[in-house]
Amino acid sequence: MDINQYMGMFLEESREHLQALNSCLLDLENDPGNLTVLDEIFRSAHTIKGMSATMGFTTIAELTHEMENVLDLLRKGTLRANDDITDILFKCVDTLEQLVESVASNSDTAIEIKPLIAKLTAIAKGELPSVAEQHSAQTATTQETEASSGEPSDLDDMEINVVAAARKQGLECYEVQVSLRLGCLLKSARAYMVMNALEELGEVIKSVPTVEELEKENFDNTFQVSIVTSADAENIEAAVLSISEIEKVDVVPVIIPEITEKSAAVADIQAEKPIVSNLDNKVAIDKPAKQAASEHNDKKHKSGQSVRVDIDKLDSLLNLVGELVINKTRLEQIGLTHRLADLIETMEQMDRVTTDLQAVVMKVRMVPVGQVFNRFPRMVRDLSRELNKEINLIIQGEETELDRTVIDEIGDPLVHLLRNSIDHGIEHPAERQAKGKNPVGEVRLIARHEGNNVIIMVEDDGKGINADIIKQKAVDKGMITQAEADKLEPAEAVRLVFLAGFSTADTVTDVSGRGVGMDAVKTKIEELGGMVDVETKIDEGSRFKIRLPLTLAIIQALLVKVSEEIYAIPLGSIDSTINITSQDIKTIQNQEAILLRGQIIPIVRLAKVLNVSNTCQQNQEELFVVIVHIGENRAGIIVDTLIGQQEIVIKSMGKLLAGIKAIAGATILGNGQVALILDVGALKQ
Amino acid sequence: MSELTYSGNEIQLVVFKLGREEYGVTILQVQEIKRITEITRVPHSPDYIKGVMNLRGSVLPVIDLKKRLNLPPEEYTDDTRIIIIKVEDINVGMIVDAVSEVTTIDQNNIEPPQTVVGGIAADYLSGIGKLENRLLILLNADAILGIGQEVKAS
Repeated sequence: MDINQYMGMFLEESREHLQALNSCLLDLENDPGNLTVLDEIFRSAHTIKGMSATMGFTTIAELTHEMENVLDLLRKGTLRANDDITDILFKCVDTLEQLVESVASNSDTAIEIKPLIAKLTAIAKGELPSVAEQHSAQTATTQETEASSGEPSDLDDMEINVVAAARKQGLECYEVQVSLRLGCLLKSARAYMVMNALEELGEVIKSVPTVEELEKENFDNTFQVSIVTSADAENIEAAVLSISEIEKVDVVPVIIPEITEKSAAVADIQAEKPIVSNLDNKVAIDKPAKQAASEHNDKKHKSGQSVRVDIDKLDSLLNLVGELVINKTRLEQIGLTHRLADLIETMEQMDRVTTDLQAVVMKVRMVPVGQVFNRFPRMVRDLSRELNKEINLIIQGEETELDRTVIDEIGDPLVHLLRNSIDHGIEHPAERQAKGKNPVGEVRLIARHEGNNVIIMVEDDGKGINADIIKQKAVDKGMITQAEADKLEPAEAVRLVFLAGFSTADTVTDVSGRGVGMDAVKTKIEELGGMVDVETKIDEGSRFKIRLPLTLAIIQALLVKVSEEIYAIPLGSIDSTINITSQDIKTIQNQEAILLRGQIIPIVRLAKVLNVSNTCQQNQEELFVVIVHIGENRAGIIVDTLIGQQEIVIKSMGKLLAGIKAIAGATILGNGQVALILDVGALKQ
Repeated sequence: MSELTYSGNEIQLVVFKLGREEYGVTILQVQEIKRITEITRVPHSPDYIKGVMNLRGSVLPVIDLKKRLNLPPEEYTDDTRIIIIKVEDINVGMIVDAVSEVTTIDQNNIEPPQTVVGGIAADYLSGIGKLENRLLILLNADAILGIGQEVKAS
């Protein structure tokens, strides 16, 4: 098997499961007894183990295996999760992340997992003080399993009866002891195969450890199965040995303890219904298998809801759809020139389909911002512990969608902002209490659409930013002069934090204060075509607001026509559209304006602003005006005709045409034509 | 063109016409050649920008190459083509009167532009190629796109 071809899948899935582990562990920390969460954790760990073992990454498999041991104890209730345990589990996840990344980067850096494994085994053995209470119960169970494995199993009365009944029917009962090869990776799978093989030969009446345990790989390398069968010992041995990775099989006839008259009689009676008990046994065996299968199905189902696609493939899909649209337009033209009514009709339907297709393909690129957000709770938890602060992270609007490319880039700036808020913003609990605030600090991470932007805000209810200190620092560092500082408004002074080389922390901590953070944040966001701003109030908190344009994002827009071209006005900035006559336009100091519901609204003639020859506007009686809001103000835009509302995808016009006045970008209409998107804010000079 | 061998000293050119002159652009920069299609004007853009076109779902700026080189405009014909080139991550289309061929020229046969400055802006040229009795004006695509200089928004 060529491992490399699965590498990408392995990495992606491992990362996903690690992410799941992280968030589930956080849940577990808050609710230590939650079994669903534990199951989830167990499943993720198990999947990682399976995958890494298959891929041959033994270190990962080893560590997850040890984790599983602990997790299983937690799940069974023999252990109860406490801070020590979750901490160690978190550390395991971190180490796993490192391991996965080192696999990804192909580096051979040795990552030490021994100490962690030692800790995990210690927990499993109940050696951590906090675990002592459950200690005895735990060792008891392990001892039991240890005792039972390797020695002939004892059959209980019921089973003895079954065996006795079987003997009467001429069937023999064997005990099959199976030893798996040392280092066998998929023990449960092997055990399952052995079970299957045996069930084909006869009825399995007992297994040690139980089938459930086998499914969970809760056994060493050996297990025993008791089987009632018509086949002889050699056949059984051959059947089991045909399964790979089986070291040794011992088939021994079961010696039933001397049957007393009475129990023989009982056996006689029961001989009437061996099938029933056999059935029972069968059910008992089938059930766990089915459970396992349904568990498996659940997993399948979850991952089945999404499909991993290389972004390049999406791009080429998008291009192909574009090509399709162009050819469709050509067909339409042919229909029109040759007046083929049938063709025109068909093309109208096709038009609808292709437009939908185009929209869907474009939407596929959009990813909920939650993909970035979901890694923050863990980070905040670690930070708050490190800094001895209590922090409650609130995340809102995770479902807000952004283009994949933006999602990939926005993570780092957000990390910086959150770290800053927690390190600089939120005070220590004692300080907060002294100020009469809730000792638990609150950090909010909010995403939402606003007009044709996506806003991401990082808010804290900490001490705020002191403008005077900022000014002083800036002067000290020689970034501005004292005179400049004196002139600065507090709000502007606070923005100095975005300057390169600025840091207010008196001491450089591990968390922040190296003076590169905010500067980097600003640069990155501007690279993405966005803006970042800060608002702050002393002792009430600060708010960092990132405004990302919807480059590549889908927006609703009103399409209008001016001269020959179609322009798109983002619906987010439109108040209403009205019809007026040229008499309605008044002039105030040579500035055209209209009166709308008692409000004076300045008028902008789009044709004039865009410098395109206008064809019919002058003598047109009825004028179409789109009322837009620019910040607090409103303006009316006169256009030639209104076409309609449509969902459009903003496309960049490339570096060559970046920064053109009044144009925010371009979009491609259903017919393949390019329409420009108006930057409403820039219309008013 | 009798030999098709390609040595390190030769470069391959896409040859196209502007008016009566023959121009060449290195084939490494050429992405594709399209027929003329609908072009949307962009207000406030430099005058040599014809507008933007739809290239399979992405928006592509199109340069009116004749305007850029100060050549007299002509009506579009059936031969008019858009050559799509890529320079430093920037994709752009150039309108040309006709695309004639792909040819190979030895670098020794290329004269630096300073020696033969004609009526057209020498900045936009990277040299003059001599091919038998033809002269090929080699475009400096970087300069055409204004890379390294501010794109003026009028």
